[in-house]
Amino acid sequence: MSTTTNASEQFHSVGVDIADAKAPKGPIEQRWDSRKFNAKLVNPANRRKLSVIIVGTGLAGASAAATLGEAGYHVKSFCYQDSPRRAHSIAAQGGINAAKNYRNDGDSVYRLFYDTVKGGDFRARESNVYRLAQVSVNIIDQCVAQGVPFAREYGGLLDNRSFGGVQVSRTFYARGQTGQQLLIGAYQALERQIGAGTVEMNTRHEMLELIMVDDRARGIIVRDMVTGEIETHTADAVVLATGGYGNVFFLSTNAMGSNITAPWRAHRKGAYFANPCYTQIHPTCIPVSGDYQSKLTLMSESLRNDGRIWVPKVAGDDRLPSDIPEDERDYYLERIYPSFGNLVPRDIASRAAKYQCDAGKGVGPGGLGVYLDFAEAIERLGRPAVEAKYGNLFDMYAQITGENPYEQPMRIYPAVHYTMGGLWVDYDLQSNLTGLFVAGEANFSEHGANRLGASALMQGLADGYFVLPNTIADYLASGPYEKIADDHPAVLEARAAVEERVHKLLSINGTRTVDSFHKELGQIMWEYCGMERSEEGLIKAIGMIRELKAEFWSNVKVTGVNEELNQTLERANRVGDFFELGELMCIDALNRRESCGGHFRAESQTEDGEALRHDDEFAYVSAWEFGGDTPVLHKEPLEYEYVEMKARSYK
Amino acid sequence: MAVSGLIMLGYLLVHMYGNLKFFQGREKFDGYLHETLPHMFYPYLPEGGALWIIRVLLILALVVHAYAASTLWRRNKAAAGYVGGKRYHTTQHKTGNQRSYSSFKMLWGGVILFLFIIGHVAQMMPNWLSPGGASDSKYDRVVNGFELWWVVLLYTIGLVAVGFHLAHGFWSALTTLGQNRSSTRRGSRWTLISIALATLITVGFISVPFAVLFFGAGS
Amino acid sequence: MNITLRVWRQKNADDKGKMVTYGLEDVSTDMSFLEMLDVLNEQLTLSGDEPIAFDHDCREGICGSCGVVINGLAHGPQVSTTCQLHMRSFEDGAVIDVEPWRAGAFPVVKDLVVDRGSFDRIIQAGGFISAPTGSAPEANNLPVPKKDADHAFESAACIGCGACVAACPNGSGMLFTAAKITHLGLLPQGQPERDSRVIGMVEQHDHEGFGGCTNIGECTAACPKGIPLDTISRLNRDLLGALAKGKA
Repeated sequence: MSTTTNASEQFHSVGVDIADAKAPKGPIEQRWDSRKFNAKLVNPANRRKLSVIIVGTGLAGASAAATLGEAGYHVKSFCYQDSPRRAHSIAAQGGINAAKNYRNDGDSVYRLFYDTVKGGDFRARESNVYRLAQVSVNIIDQCVAQGVPFAREYGGLLDNRSFGGVQVSRTFYARGQTGQQLLIGAYQALERQIGAGTVEMNTRHEMLELIMVDDRARGIIVRDMVTGEIETHTADAVVLATGGYGNVFFLSTNAMGSNITAPWRAHRKGAYFANPCYTQIHPTCIPVSGDYQSKLTLMSESLRNDGRIWVPKVAGDDRLPSDIPEDERDYYLERIYPSFGNLVPRDIASRAAKYQCDAGKGVGPGGLGVYLDFAEAIERLGRPAVEAKYGNLFDMYAQITGENPYEQPMRIYPAVHYTMGGLWVDYDLQSNLTGLFVAGEANFSEHGANRLGASALMQGLADGYFVLPNTIADYLASGPYEKIADDHPAVLEARAAVEERVHKLLSINGTRTVDSFHKELGQIMWEYCGMERSEEGLIKAIGMIRELKAEFWSNVKVTGVNEELNQTLERANRVGDFFELGELMCIDALNRRESCGGHFRAESQTEDGEALRHDDEFAYVSAWEFGGDTPVLHKEPLEYEYVEMKARSYK
Repeated sequence: MAVSGLIMLGYLLVHMYGNLKFFQGREKFDGYLHETLPHMFYPYLPEGGALWIIRVLLILALVVHAYAASTLWRRNKAAAGYVGGKRYHTTQHKTGNQRSYSSFKMLWGGVILFLFIIGHVAQMMPNWLSPGGASDSKYDRVVNGFELWWVVLLYTIGLVAVGFHLAHGFWSALTTLGQNRSSTRRGSRWTLISIALATLITVGFISVPFAVLFFGAGS
Repeated sequence: MNITLRVWRQKNADDKGKMVTYGLEDVSTDMSFLEMLDVLNEQLTLSGDEPIAFDHDCREGICGSCGVVINGLAHGPQVSTTCQLHMRSFEDGAVIDVEPWRAGAFPVVKDLVVDRGSFDRIIQAGGFISAPTGSAPEANNLPVPKKDADHAFESAACIGCGACVAACPNGSGMLFTAAKITHLGLLPQGQPERDSRVIGMVEQHDHEGFGGCTNIGECTAACPKGIPLDTISRLNRDLLGALAKGKA
């Protein structure tokens, strides 16, 4: 049942609907070709005069910088790490999808498109997803040519596996380090361009403000993290490829430095933020062991192929797992979902674990965990077979927890893993701000409300290698734009804002550390805007976040000075933006009174507790315009011409 | 470094072969030294010509080896990033994870060897610096010298240094020339071969002075 | 458990730096080493001191950001990255010395943070295959024997953390360089640039001020990803081959 009154409207206003003006019409398989053909071209001789700023050096950012550099544009690349090779794309384990149909198992571009639209719970654009499936095949060719060591068969051809519950084997992989190998490929291509002088690399530089001149994105203000110098960089176009915002939850599988600051600064300057409440929670992570916990580690979902998930039947049972007899265990996934059992989709498995722990049946420190038991698999397959299949994961688990998973069940708990929301972009990956492009996880476009396994790497590289270099040329063809002087009022205004903020953070000198605020924010988000959201909880959370934000700006303690490496200052600045994002996520979640993909609203479920979508009311993208305490909602209606909207069922 | 080292190692093997002729008695030993060697490749080379070629080659190898070592030493000292005379200020694990004594002492072992070679050549020059008494017979000079305990002691130090130097050096030279196929330093087949070679050379050379001093050979 | 930490503190690149001692109580054995430093930093911040600067990011052993010398060993007593080291590897009452990577080519930025830009410049000098976007042939047109692909992968697993340099008594970056040479040199795609790659990368390596390799093997012993030592032999083979062809 959806609620009839819209409680969210006390927190926001509603603006005019928006539409993607760039997507071509016509048969879906011809749209990308048609867009490429109609895009303006830039004469090779003129490219050197055109400059592009690219923030972030993950799969999307590095591949875009390398490709635009090769094409002859003048590229300025930025990353906060000490080397572009360390961006968090590197941590992706599983693989990358591509519609190569090497297995002859009926895969095709159309099927990858279909699976992705359906997997996204009908909240992604058909045109964008189709293009993604189309270029997926080029990505594999490109990466192999660069020397990415994908897994191969004895005949020397590329190996594939089936991943994330799909019925075709279309996932390419490099052991459990696919993200690393793809990123190193893009990084090497980027370094080649740096060596060739087409890309100017700025490591340990963090973007803190966007420069808008005459309604065009024309540059950024960055802080040199070693010297503290506030620098101005201008260009003809700005690309943000800064990744996701899972760290709003403090604990997530993201890197410690992953943050929302660059997109958020753009949002404050007018860029719409789309679907912020769509987060993906991964069911098989290693649980929290104590207050000091700084991040969560993901273990491959493949563990659920052979492991059985259970909790004690009685709440508060603190016996050792080996002392709990078989008939006092509740294999709850097998019980509730007999046909899918332990292999239900990520969101369902995650939510079910939360319900068990909420009911007091959780195991391990703080009761936040459920057992993933391999005893039966070891008995059935023998220990060597289990070792061959999962040995590295078991080792990783033992290393982190100090427990031996061959002898006692693993403990797992869900963790925030990926954020589908991001800055709103059109078919060209251009935001509503002219000249500001957004690529990779930082934009919102291809995954809808839920991302399929092995699709994140695909999207990052599709955007960076193939989509953006074509679409940005169309924009650059009208350039070069007028040169911006360092004392242009827009530059001075942006610089002043950054300097003032840095000064403010350093001068509060309160009594609480940055991390203590961040942890508290994370707890609020996890509790009220995590796996299950309710109207009551979200309204409460908005109030709590606002209070905490006010306390932060009056009581945070940031030590040191701006003029040297100051990691506390860096974190404080990022956390300041996470408060505002968290608030918007809650408002977005409150507005979306349906359960959809990664977003589960308690008020919108079927009689037997399953997610209930409301396509009649919510088949739109929520694009939020910044409005201080009252953001403005712009709806982009979604239409499905090719894939029929259907409800998911896993019973 | 690798090539000059291997040249000197090659010489050492031949040199040891000659030394071991000591056990065949004065006639054979002196015959080998006074007749066979100077007539190597005769008449293609003049009498003693081969020896001079070897001498020049060895001196060249030694100079190259020492020059390379000193360059490497200076470069590596700068590269290691010393702060206040120390690299790491901790007193724990001074020799790292798995470093062998021989790899640790390549430089000082090399310096000891250099001094040893000078002393050794001086001793073996005909009746120049002849501890224990001069003689026209090399055999006699060897016996005279090695009857003195301190000469044997100095030799032993020198030869043990040779052993350690080779235990790492031979392996290292092969790696530099691209011949190691082992994934770890310790697991390599060449590691064992290097140690065996180093032991063979040390024992082979040391057998003569020990035989003289402890078992009265040649007197 | 209670521990005593002796940590290298250095305000900036120009500061002389020194070891400073801190006591830390009630350390959980389940904490990672970096979480232990987080806890210390929270205490330092609250008492008005500057927290210890250290590089870290993914905290799952793959980004290569973290890395300190613990008790004289790069990444500490286990063969893993520092973020994957847990306090259960230490005894109650332990005195733990924490220092930055030391190498001429890795100047200290602050405390435990060093500048590893030299690694990026080695890659710029040839650590790639020139394959501009769009020019790639169909992927399966180029079969690669599984053995070669697996071997290439082993070397490609390098995370560029710099432990090899920190562990090497000569401050040599040869294992890092050799890992890339081996990864690309084993693949058919890497052959056209094989000679220029090895010459360019080795020249840059020397130019950056890394030391010369004397084949001690500490690099491999410290490497959290187990990059094999024979990669260095392979580099030397390629280098000799390229020089013999007069490619210098």
